Amino acid sequence: MEGIKDKVAIVGMGCTQFGELWDKGHKDLLVDACYEAFEDAGIESKDIQMAWYGSRETGFTGTQLANALKLEYVPISRVENFCAGGTDTFRNACYAVASGVCDIALAVGVEKCKDHLGGFNMDILDPFDRSMVEWELPPVSQFAFLATRYMHHYGWKYEDFKRILSMIDVKNHHNGTISPKAQFHREITIEQAMNAPMISYPLGLFDACGVSDGSAAAIVTTPEIAKKMRKDYILVKALALTNGAGQAVMQPEYNFVSIPETVTAAEHAYKEAGITDPRHEVDLAIVHDCFSITELMTMEDLQFSPRGKAPEDVEAGTFTLEGELPVNTDGGLKCFGHPLSASGLRMIYEVYKQLQGKAGPRQLKKADIGLTHNVGGICGFFNCTVALFGKP
Amino acid sequence: MVGITSYGAYVPLYRLSREAIARGGRGEKAICNFDEDSVTMAAAAAIDCLTGIDRGTIDGLYFATTTSPYKEKLGAAIVAMATDLKRDALTADFAHSLRAGTSAIMSAIDAVKAGSAKKVLVAAADTRMGVPTSPYEQSFGDGAGALLIGDTEVIATIEDSYSVYNEMMDVWRADGDAFIRSWEDRFTTTHGYGAVVGEAVSGLLKKTGLKPGDFAKVVLYTPDARRSADVAKRLGFDVKTQLQDPLFNDMGNTGTALPLMLLVAVLEEAKAGDRILLASYGNGSDAFVLQVTDQIQKIKARRGMKKHLESKKVIDDYKQYLVWRGILPIEPRKETVAFISAPALWRERDANLRFHGVKCQVCGTIQYPPQRVCTKCHAKDQFEPYRLSDKKAKIFTFSMDYITYPVLERPVVNVTIDFDGGGRALVYLTDREAEQVKCGMQVEMSFRKLFVRDGIHNYFWKATPLRT
Repeated sequence: MEGIKDKVAIVGMGCTQFGELWDKGHKDLLVDACYEAFEDAGIESKDIQMAWYGSRETGFTGTQLANALKLEYVPISRVENFCAGGTDTFRNACYAVASGVCDIALAVGVEKCKDHLGGFNMDILDPFDRSMVEWELPPVSQFAFLATRYMHHYGWKYEDFKRILSMIDVKNHHNGTISPKAQFHREITIEQAMNAPMISYPLGLFDACGVSDGSAAAIVTTPEIAKKMRKDYILVKALALTNGAGQAVMQPEYNFVSIPETVTAAEHAYKEAGITDPRHEVDLAIVHDCFSITELMTMEDLQFSPRGKAPEDVEAGTFTLEGELPVNTDGGLKCFGHPLSASGLRMIYEVYKQLQGKAGPRQLKKADIGLTHNVGGICGFFNCTVALFGKP
Repeated sequence: MVGITSYGAYVPLYRLSREAIARGGRGEKAICNFDEDSVTMAAAAAIDCLTGIDRGTIDGLYFATTTSPYKEKLGAAIVAMATDLKRDALTADFAHSLRAGTSAIMSAIDAVKAGSAKKVLVAAADTRMGVPTSPYEQSFGDGAGALLIGDTEVIATIEDSYSVYNEMMDVWRADGDAFIRSWEDRFTTTHGYGAVVGEAVSGLLKKTGLKPGDFAKVVLYTPDARRSADVAKRLGFDVKTQLQDPLFNDMGNTGTALPLMLLVAVLEEAKAGDRILLASYGNGSDAFVLQVTDQIQKIKARRGMKKHLESKKVIDDYKQYLVWRGILPIEPRKETVAFISAPALWRERDANLRFHGVKCQVCGTIQYPPQRVCTKCHAKDQFEPYRLSDKKAKIFTFSMDYITYPVLERPVVNVTIDFDGGGRALVYLTDREAEQVKCGMQVEMSFRKLFVRDGIHNYFWKATPLRT
């Protein structure tokens, strides 16, 4: 079985400002993200041969994108995979290019979360049942399950563990201050994070990411075509997607101190990219920090930290901009914001810019291999993507 | 001979101090949590009554209440599902009268006598409401009682009964009324309760040739703390030694359920040979003579009245009670929420109401909700139903949500639980003290109402800390 490694290149990307964009509709955001990508790639909308459109609740069917950009009878599929939708949209476009059915494809994700009261519509279909007896759990309570068990499993006292989580919040808030398109641009202190109102025990206000509007887009093509378009194109090294089958909520041996969907997706991605020592081979990771606990646990699930040792790495500053393995250099979901299906492409946007050396004040000294990670859904039913990118 | 073969009761965990309703109020009234109603309480009492009894042997369930959540729809069917009774059990609602509990007992006796059923379970429950701050609100309590009627292993034979009916407007609630109405006390006492219960009891004594001194205990429905004593005294009973305490300071007037609950309290203390007189009230009265047999010693331990009354949390926040009962409106939910699908409710009835998981016949893995393909060994369609509602469990992990709906309780405690003997489920924890929740805590299952939407009362199971 051949993988996707080095078969697809990104030649253009765009990303809107994320945040509470009351004055913009989803089509405004699509136009802004896609035209930035077109300009970056040096192409026009008529050059797009196929497109994938990611949205969880922002407009049904590919016609939303067709109408916004006036794509003339171009095949467009709408992709929905909860918080992993953005990366999955990208993944589908890459597979089309790799298969040879098209030369230039567009992947774009968009969300107008702030048009919904409460951030997103609770009228959710499967895995939530129609008899509505299943826990109507907001995401925070799902991820709080993980935090509670992690504390219990490793014998953490609440205060001590909360300090670790708060350090993650502080780090991402700092990165947000030098990320112009991010939703939040202010420093916070550990004390602020620790003393913030509780949202769902043990997670407080600063342990939760922003809920936002936004859109991000990528133009993908073959490396052969990419070479003719620009020197600093970026290569796709791996694209992994896993979906939970409910194991964690049906089998007591699942321990809630790890997200098995992430563990497996990471294994697949590393294998596809030929990475054997992730902590040392990956230069930056933009991960799904929907909640601080998710970022912490993901450090272990991605094999960056040994089991139970991610808190030590957080304390050591391993994942800060100056650290050994910078994580969420653009502020992460915490500060960049989280328009569900746009987030995966926003993460790729940051890796793309870092690998090109165009990340401005956030630019890392060494950025050769970048990783993006999304995990969305509920315990047992997570949809997880891990993608790896490299320079030509 | 036909009689009572088992008994059970349910008193909600929460008690509202009457002082909280009005200064000088004495004692407590039992109050449903926000997720309880007559259906859930009847199910709890029915399950208590079936302690140690194979549920497959129950031939019928009669649900008696004046406060069914539905005007048109069988409550007994919901209670029978929660109790996990067989598909061809007889089911009926006895409603609209405080006498419905004893009417159901009479019908159960007749069904057993006639041979159309061997064991019929009668579960009575009520959550009546008086106008806020009124004496009725202070006196009413919530609760449920259950009796199993049969003709083998009878713990108390039902020797005889006598009924009268009496049409009058003394206490009533019209369609659309939330609160009980009544005529003035002097009239209702003179020609209602006292007179009619007296008439029924006298009639029964005359019919059986028994005298007041022949009874070890007398159980009388009573609208308040002292009326039954007046009646008992007038009929020649010794109030101190014979009359069962109406438990007014402990739980209040539980309406349709009261005669059954008081009888359960008596049976818990009874010894073989005791003769008991039971009389209900509600536009008439049903009176019974019961005689305790030596089978009473064999009945298995259960919560019944005593343990349920002992296990309590007293709240003194009247506002909380008003919110729980829906009297004080709270801010409605703003975001779009999903509709409930009737076909899905029907399809998932065994999983949702019986709380059946499945056990894989190939690898033995117990899983909830029921699956088509085994989560462990991937065998297809090789499962047997597995009841989880009667299994205890331990909290594996939890979260406590301070912002989500319903605002009826904060925080909402979500738990992932592992059942003793296998199986895992994600449910809500109710009747809990948030600060006491921890990983490893033991819980049991309780049938509750999640919410009401589009006129559908959506029932499901929640976990509760073990009631001790």
